[in-house]
Amino acid sequence: MMRTGLAMSWARFLRPRGNRKGGPVMWHRKDLLGLEGLTRPELETILDRAERLKDILAQPEKKRTTLRGRSVLTLFFEASTRTRTSFEMAGKFLSADLTSISPSTSSAQKGETLLDTARNLEAMGFDLVVMRHQFSGAPQFLAERLAAHVINAGDGLHEHPTQGLLDMMTIREKKGRLDGLQVAIIGDIVHSRVARSDLWGLRAMGAQVRLAGPATMLPDDLSAFGVDTFTRPEEALEGADVVMMLRVQLERQQRGLFPTPHEYSRFWGLTPERLRLAKPDALVMHPGPMNRGLEIPTEVADGDQSVILEQVTNGVAVRMACLTLLLGVDDK
Amino acid sequence: MKSWRELPLPEVLVIRGGRVLDPASGLDDVADVVVEEGVIRRVGPDAGEGYARRAGEEGGRIRVLDARGLVVTPGLIDMHVHLREPGQDYKEDIASGTRAAACGGFTAVAAMPNTQPVIDTLPLVEFVRTQAERHGAARVYPIGAVTKGSQGQELAPIGEMAEGGATAFSDDGHPVATAELMRLALLYAGQFGRVVIDHCEEKSLTQGGSMHRGRVSTLLGLHGMPSTGEDIAVARNLMLAEETGNRLHIAHLSTGRSLELVRQAKARGVQVTCEVTPHHLVLTDESLEQHRYDTNYKMSPPLRPAEDVEALRRGLADGTIDCIATDHAPHHADDKEVPFPEAAFGIVGLETALGLVLTHLVQPGVLSLSQAIAALSLAPARILGVPGGTLAEGAPGDITVIDPAALWTVDPSQFASRGRNTPFGGLRLTGRAVHTVVGGRLVMENGELNI
Repeated sequence: MMRTGLAMSWARFLRPRGNRKGGPVMWHRKDLLGLEGLTRPELETILDRAERLKDILAQPEKKRTTLRGRSVLTLFFEASTRTRTSFEMAGKFLSADLTSISPSTSSAQKGETLLDTARNLEAMGFDLVVMRHQFSGAPQFLAERLAAHVINAGDGLHEHPTQGLLDMMTIREKKGRLDGLQVAIIGDIVHSRVARSDLWGLRAMGAQVRLAGPATMLPDDLSAFGVDTFTRPEEALEGADVVMMLRVQLERQQRGLFPTPHEYSRFWGLTPERLRLAKPDALVMHPGPMNRGLEIPTEVADGDQSVILEQVTNGVAVRMACLTLLLGVDDK
Repeated sequence: MKSWRELPLPEVLVIRGGRVLDPASGLDDVADVVVEEGVIRRVGPDAGEGYARRAGEEGGRIRVLDARGLVVTPGLIDMHVHLREPGQDYKEDIASGTRAAACGGFTAVAAMPNTQPVIDTLPLVEFVRTQAERHGAARVYPIGAVTKGSQGQELAPIGEMAEGGATAFSDDGHPVATAELMRLALLYAGQFGRVVIDHCEEKSLTQGGSMHRGRVSTLLGLHGMPSTGEDIAVARNLMLAEETGNRLHIAHLSTGRSLELVRQAKARGVQVTCEVTPHHLVLTDESLEQHRYDTNYKMSPPLRPAEDVEALRRGLADGTIDCIATDHAPHHADDKEVPFPEAAFGIVGLETALGLVLTHLVQPGVLSLSQAIAALSLAPARILGVPGGTLAEGAPGDITVIDPAALWTVDPSQFASRGRNTPFGGLRLTGRAVHTVVGGRLVMENGELNI
């Protein structure tokens, strides 16, 4: 039953639709669960559309009717401010009907299974569900069981595709391209869904990715991601065009993955001296929320090379693009 | 539901003209098997000829099965199953689990004690035996808990349970955590002539994990269970078995390193035996790259990389691994249709084991047919110290008749087990049991249960 559901809802999107150039839109997926496996044309379709939709954010009247009559649910089983607000702003600017459910108000607290939650949502007729969950694979679980479209807003340690897309959009905007760029991602690699989405997306677009972090926060199989992986950040930073710092989860200290915040910042923090190893015009990025003074000192976070707030702006644009593409609506 | 004991017992059962395989004696020849009053009487070429001629005249007292083109083996024994009774009959019970056994060609199973409550006292062992006597479609050998409630704190009354019919002791699923308690358990069970079975897992390394830790777990963002989580516990238990001189059986070995440790221990004369599951012999962790987050691939120990699977196959072929056991772990859809990290561990195995072994190990020549049958019958009988596992004269009339050429497709909806949790649904297999004889009674005949 679950497989049939998937096949049927896919089939609805297999017929080609026109885009502004009159050619077929490179988008036929029901859901956005991750960037792994997306092709370069698919990624470009999202990024191009996000660039066009970003214009809305510069208008005094930020309202279009693109998604009027479409119902979007944000279903966050894990706390989030930035991502959730960003999806909600994106939906509102395009006139979608938005509903939010969070763990404290949801029936998950009353012991309802995810399967029952999914069936209930289906019965209410949502067109699209934006979901964050603490377990890797939970959005896929939902997507296989719902006719509604599902966007993964972060699942466990797995992926956070719209974060990856907003990172790519920001880099492309600043550098004019992604092809051939050297991107260093530094921090808790093994537990980072942001690192995974960035990695798949950037590689598909022709960028080179290097990973660095404490040995306790790297996969044991360093070839797992098929990219260069280092324990010393200096090796990853050398000549980089982009430096992406990952948030350190403080609870990892209790699990023994690093001894003290001080030691972490000393060996893996992006100090101004370390940043000088990268290209002089290297971009400094962070998915937020930042631990100032831990993985990134204030002078770098707020420095000339930082594009951290532009990432946030682009997040809204990318999410508008994803909502319209998945719902099969033209962005006019 | 009925028990196999309530089925009609033919005075004489003759299984004619099959390829008779009895690993205990080395017999592998076309022969007849004659069972009288539930006990094996004669095995030999044309041993049943006289009976076969009289069968028509003596109306029903003599049953003759034509086994030409079929393989006749000792009844298969699965020394590692979870029957879920008492307490979790929504997953399985003794009636449904033993019917699954009979369908898979198993005439006996050893039932793990991690039920609700845990089988940790004599009355509970007796409960399992009684239920099996009332409703079992195959023999059931109860396994008692090593510690009270399998809590790993104090030894359970192993002596009383042994007297009451517990054939082995195990805290399967909640492995004995401290080395000292394991040492005491080996000593204590040993004096009653019982083997301790351990699910070897160092929990501090595997906590929170839901698949093998490696490339694929990194890809899927799932917390991993490293091979060392098994290897360290195996090493510890081998040293304790060596020190105490008592018998240890390692459940579901899954890594090449653990296998190497067992090989070395056996060479030093340590009294250790071990088992491997069919799924650890045919699937790797890469299955989860293809079937992402499919909870039918979630089990403990987890599926391991191809190098481990290769090593396990070699270990089984060279005798380092003694037997094949399924770790039949039925679960309800409610326990499996949840996000991967939340899903219950384990898959059902009784109805697919023989087909998988014949198709994926015997057919490609990893094991001879005789080795495969020994690993599924003689070896577990010897480890548990129970009758059966042989077609010798005087042995119980527990016999499995296999059609080695039968082509079939695994269809979980047709399982006798209540569990449908298998990654093998839809798989084409060659070879399956067609008749299952328990104590001289035809529990399954021509692929259909009589019970």
